[in-house]
Amino acid sequence: MAEMETEERGAKSARMPRGGSRRRRISRLSAEKIDYIDYKDVKLLQSFIAENGKIMPRRLTGVTSQQQRKLVEAIKRARTIALLPFTKF
Amino acid sequence: MLRTYEVAFIAAPNTADDDLSKLNSQIEQIITDRGGKITKIDNWGRRKLAYRIGKFDEGVYTFVYLEGSGQEIAEVERRLRVTDFIIRHLTVRTDEALKRAEKLKSKRKVSFKQRSPDDDFDLDIDVEDEELMEEA
Repeated sequence: MAEMETEERGAKSARMPRGGSRRRRISRLSAEKIDYIDYKDVKLLQSFIAENGKIMPRRLTGVTSQQQRKLVEAIKRARTIALLPFTKF
Repeated sequence: MLRTYEVAFIAAPNTADDDLSKLNSQIEQIITDRGGKITKIDNWGRRKLAYRIGKFDEGVYTFVYLEGSGQEIAEVERRLRVTDFIIRHLTVRTDEALKRAEKLKSKRKVSFKQRSPDDDFDLDIDVEDEELMEEA
């Protein structure tokens, strides 16, 4: 997790191995104007959870607090119905 | 007040197709008997579970979309609980969240018009951000 925090925005070197974890100001949610976050949209939700299955803090994903609240709800629902893991490893 | 719900349930992977379709028609019966209406049934089929439930690694996913007063849900859930090949179920009320989403959408349209007549123009995304998004 520490690598992510020290990484500057726009720095293209020193990347995380998987997408969705770099720091950015505008998230996919705003860009694609997603108003209703569906718990069944596993692909979308996966971009907001870390490798170990944890929900990413919004300082890393760039979502607004309203979006984060909706995201959290959707991710938790997805976990309940076994579409997303509670934890990995 | 009309409400919309999504009922999701996972059947054990070794469930007979017959049992599953029987359950589906039972659920339909329950809903229509109480004045509700099924708008859609989504069948995802067999899917790998994100984690083990009981002794199963896979499950058969079904999503039922319905509208009604809310009376239907209690009975549908009871039915799902007593059906032993159902390993997990989840009911979500969706009308309020969808309404809020709709409101956000229309609000955005208005502010777009105020700022610029060009509807397709993206407000605050500068070049650097767009590059970042493409990478993601």
